This record gives sequence, structure tokens and C-alpha cells, in this order.
Amino acid sequence: MATVTLKDVRKSYGAVNIIQGVDLAIKDREFVVFVGPSGCGKSTLLRMIAGLEEITSGDLMIDGAVVNDVPPDARGLAMVFQSYALYPHMSVADNMAFALRLAGVPKAERDAKVGSAAKILQLEKLLDRKPGQLSGGQRQRVAIGRAIVRQPKVFLFDEPLSNLDASLRVQMRIEIARLHSELNATMIYVTHDQIEAMTMADRIVVLRAGKIEQVGSPLELYHYPANTFVAGFIGSPKMNLTQATVRGSHAGGVDVQLPGGGVATIPVEPRNATAGAACTVGFRPETLAMAPEGPMGGKVAVVEHLGGETLVYVDVGDGHLVTVKASGSTSAKIGDVVRLAIDTVEARLFDAEGQAMEPMNRRAIAGLATAAQ
Amino acid sequence: MKTKQRDKIIMTFLGWGVAFLVFFPILWMAITSFKSEIDAITPSLFFHPTLESYTTVNERVNYFGAVINSVVESVGATMVCLAFAVPAAYAMAFYPGRKTKDLLMWMMSTKMMPAVGVLVPIYVIFQQLGLLDTWTGIIAMFTMMNLPIVVWMLYSFFREVPKEILEASRMDGATPMQQMRLLLLPLSLPGVMSTALLSIILCWNEAFWSINLTSVKAAPLTQLIVSFSSPEGLFWSKLSAASLLAIAPILVFGWLTQRQLVRGLTFGAVK
Ligand SMILES: Nc1ncnc2c1ncn2[C@@H]1O[C@H](COP(=O)(O)OP(=O)(O)OP(=O)(O)O)[C@@H](O)[C@H]1O
Ligand SMILES: [Mg+2]
Repeated sequence: MATVTLKDVRKSYGAVNIIQGVDLAIKDREFVVFVGPSGCGKSTLLRMIAGLEEITSGDLMIDGAVVNDVPPDARGLAMVFQSYALYPHMSVADNMAFALRLAGVPKAERDAKVGSAAKILQLEKLLDRKPGQLSGGQRQRVAIGRAIVRQPKVFLFDEPLSNLDASLRVQMRIEIARLHSELNATMIYVTHDQIEAMTMADRIVVLRAGKIEQVGSPLELYHYPANTFVAGFIGSPKMNLTQATVRGSHAGGVDVQLPGGGVATIPVEPRNATAGAACTVGFRPETLAMAPEGPMGGKVAVVEHLGGETLVYVDVGDGHLVTVKASGSTSAKIGDVVRLAIDTVEARLFDAEGQAMEPMNRRAIAGLATAAQ
Repeated sequence: MKTKQRDKIIMTFLGWGVAFLVFFPILWMAITSFKSEIDAITPSLFFHPTLESYTTVNERVNYFGAVINSVVESVGATMVCLAFAVPAAYAMAFYPGRKTKDLLMWMMSTKMMPAVGVLVPIYVIFQQLGLLDTWTGIIAMFTMMNLPIVVWMLYSFFREVPKEILEASRMDGATPMQQMRLLLLPLSLPGVMSTALLSIILCWNEAFWSINLTSVKAAPLTQLIVSFSSPEGLFWSKLSAASLLAIAPILVFGWLTQRQLVRGLTFGAVK
């Protein structure tokens, strides 16, 4: 059992507030990912949980007990650093056994634990090497091994894969996900890569400027972003966020005027949508299609052939590009004038402040049930 | 190609020239020490070499006693100094406060004051505490004298150690003492070694305090040179012999450790 609870946790350096009141309840064995742009405070928040950074105010609880003033090693956590932070003058085996050695664990037991961790991570042949003699991926595995050996209640990862090349990153991503299910431990993982977040997380916490923007399962965030920031951050290619104007609202939703003159009805609760108000419409690239009757129109500016699919960038006026995901065999060419049809059920409407208006018929989404508990 | 070769020759000559200029006084001193007192007054290079001065020096003073004093005092002071400086530099490098930089500057600034300015108060304090002419007194004095530069040097070496490594060890349960002993010192060993060597050399060569605070029992080699410089007028040859005897151990020491010294002092830059 290991739950981590944050209650109005804050951090300031002098007068600068870096973390501005974070409330979060992480469940036992959950894989939670913190994402957000650079400088938003992800690392700071993680380091506060680790005990490496003081908590200015608020409570941090592990398994229900407040641990604000408990030193890092007594919190039962292990951390994997972006720079690996291996002890350069010690062998791989000594690196992994260091915590046990400090804790006075007898040598035989240490060796056994290091051996089994090395086996999980396929490091058996490297145990006598120094970190300087390892590749990036191997160092990363040693860093993870050092965490595993301690059998912590919670694993903390701070961008552990960002120093690896793309293919190794994919491989390690899978390995960490496998470890999560094997070790049955709670994991908190920091990244600025939304693909890592989408693929690994049970729940994603989107941070911006020291505040939580939204917490939810990957698909919940993908389909029902709470605001334009989350909408633009989650998903690749990005969700199109198009400026539009409210024409009016009725029982069926809100009518918006799109660039290119067409009007579409987005089925959301109108809330404070008054005619003439500015708003933002969000379309996922896969919910748009090139069709002669579509309400939006423009000129094809860029075509990216990815093989199985094609990304078509359509200039809908003023240089605003809308991304459309088309089939790999699309005949669209640069300069074509096209109309775009919209799947309005999948479109999202945001008010002038960028907050989402509640969709009328939220679908049940796999993974949403656990997140809603 | 031609000019390159010529440049190289010029540089070589320049290098040797500078080295000779720096080395000349020591060379001259060595030559003088083998002259008789009569020959020593003339700058002649032709003379009958004699060990006369060395025998006199040996008869007049206890050379090995002074060597032992110098070794105990410089090594002892360096060890005490490190015992204070390592934790201080660790704290400053890894837990800096808003005033850490100012503190470092202030420590250095104490070295800018002429030592003679505090001679009287220190002398009186030493007298009252019975520290005059004792190992304890000189070690305490040398420790205080070198503390700023040793802290400063260690601070800059420690800053080269990535702080995540110490953070990782904190997560692993290392106490500050363990962090220093198991990680910081091994990781910055070249730097720590060269700091220690420099401290030993500075202590060895120190003259002001050792002359003023010691007389016989705790007198190091620098005091020994002084005893040949005044009483009955200058005796160049004996003075040279005494000086050479005083600097010989540290010259050998410096020569043996020069590789280590240079490596340590350029440790940060090269990495
Ligand atoms: N010691 C400090 N003093 C003042 N400000 C700091 C300090 N440490 C971090 N900050 C600030 O806190 C903010 C959050 O930093 P943090 O390292 O948590 O960002 P991050 O989300 O991890 O970014 P990245 O993705 O680049 O790693 C940054 O704006 C940073 O400038
Ligand atoms: Mg970070």
C-alpha cells in the first residue's frame, strides 16, 4: 500500500511562487504522470515529494501520514534522475547496493537483492563495470536498478528518458511500463513529452506555471480537455484551436461562425455563450475530413505524407493552419482549395477565457471509470 | 612550415630563459653555500668547493629538530584545516544561502590585511594561553592562516560534483558525513590532494608567524634561516647553506608532487 496525497502544497523561492497550491490524491499502485511545458514546476513538485526540496506550505502525506519534515530516505521513496546521477567511482553492483550498505544490510543479502534486480533489468553481465563504461540506456537501467533494490513504496522518475535516443526511449518506455505491473508499486513520472504521458499513465496531471490544469486518464484528457491549454498540449498532431464567433445558442447546442463563413452547431451546454462573443473551437485532426459540403474552407498549404496517413495543413484565412488527418492515398496537393467537414460531436468549444463548455453527451471512456472514483 | 619551426625555437629559448631567471637565485644560493666565507663575498664562479658552511650550520643548530617541527606543523595544520574546511565547503557548495558568496568574499578579504597588523594582539593572546613556541600554537595559527584559501579551493572543486549525485545518495540514506566520506572526497580527490599539498607548502614557507611566535622548541626551518642572518654581521655562505637546507625538503616534495598539483589545479578546467 502506498498512497501519496498533496493538500494545497506550495513552494516559493523568496517572493516567487513556483508551486501555487496543488491538491492531488495518488492511489496505491497508480502510475501518475506529471506533464507540462518547461519551467512549469514538475521537477520541483517531484522533488518536494522526494524530500529534496522543502515544502513552503501545505501537507504532503504518504499512506496518510504527513511527511513534510521526514528526511528523504525515511519516506520510503526511490528516485531516478534525468542525469542518472550514478556514483561514478563505484561499480554497477556497488551503485545498486549503496542504499543497502548504508542501511547495514549484510553482504550476502545485498548481493542477492542486487542479483535479482540485475536479472529483471538484464544487467547481470555489467555488474563489475563502472558507470563511465556503460551506454546511456545501460546507465538508465542501472539507475532504475538502484531504485528497485530498495523496494520503495513509491518510485519517482524525473524525465528519465530524455537523454536517450528515440528508439531506445520507446524501448525503455515499454520496460518501465512492464516494471510497473511487475513490481506493483506506485509510480510518479515527470516528463514534458506528452506521448510518454499518454502511453504510460493511468492518470495524467497537466501542470502549467505551478498550477494543475487538469487531472484525468489519458483518453479523458484527449477527448475532454478542460481548457485550451490542455487541448493544445495533449495529442499529436495537436488539436486544432480555431478562433470563432458565437452566433447563438439553443437546445441543440451553440452555433458558431467558423473562418470561411460556415456555421456549425456544437452540442455543448451554452453556459454563458452570448451571441457575438469570441470563442475557440477545438477539432482533433482525425475528426475533420475534406468534403465539398463542409462549413470551413481554405487552401492547402502543406502536405505531409507519413505513409499510412497524410497530414494536410489547410490555411483557413489569416495564415491560420488547420491540420487534417487524411488517408495515406489522399490526392490533396499544395494550392488545392478545399472545404472541411466537421464531426461536431467530437468538436470542443471553449469560451473566451479558454475554459471548455460541457459537452452534452459525454461518452463513457475506457479508463475514465477508474479516474472518476 | 619554416616560420612554425622558427617560432618553436624562439619559444623554447624564451621558456628556458624565463625558467633560468626564476631558478637563478636558488642556483646562486646553492653555489654560494659551497664556497668559503671569503669566496662568498665575490661573485666569482671559480672557487674551491667546501662543506665548511654545512658543518658549521650543523654544529650551531639542530637541523633535524627543525625539520621535524616543520613537518609536524605544516602537516598538522593542513589536517586540522581540512577537518574544518571540508564540511564548510560542502555546506557552501551544496546548501548555499543568500549570503554564501558574501561570506566567501569576506573570508578572502581577511587575507588582504597585513599580518603584522594583528601581531600584537595575537602575541599577547598566545602568551596568555601559553601557546608561544608550541606545536599547538603554531598549528592553530597556520590553520587560521590557510583556512580561507583552503575553503575557497575546496568550494570550487566541490561545485564540480553534480549535485544530483549527492541528492541520489540522500535518497539512499547517506548522512552528510557519509556523503562527504563516500562520495565527495573520492570524487574530488585530485582537487582535495592539491589543496592539501598547497596548504603544506604555504605552511612550510611561512616565516612571519613562525619567527614571531617560536624561538627554540617549536621553531621550524624558516626560523633556522633567520638565526644565521643577523648576529655577527652577514655570513653569506652559512646563510646560503642554512637556506638551502631549509628549502631542500619542500623542493623535493614539490618536485615529487608537481604532477598531482598541476592535475588538481586544472581539474575543473580540463573536465
Ligand atoms: N533554486 C531556485 N530558485 C529560484 N527559482 C527556481 C529555483 N529552482 C527552480 N526555480 C524555478 O522554478 C520553476 C520550476 O522549475 P522546475 O525545474 O520545477 O521546472 P520543470 O517543470 O521541471 O521544467 P523542465 O521541463 O525544464 O525540467 C522554474 O521557473 C525555475 O526557474
Ligand atoms: Mg525538470
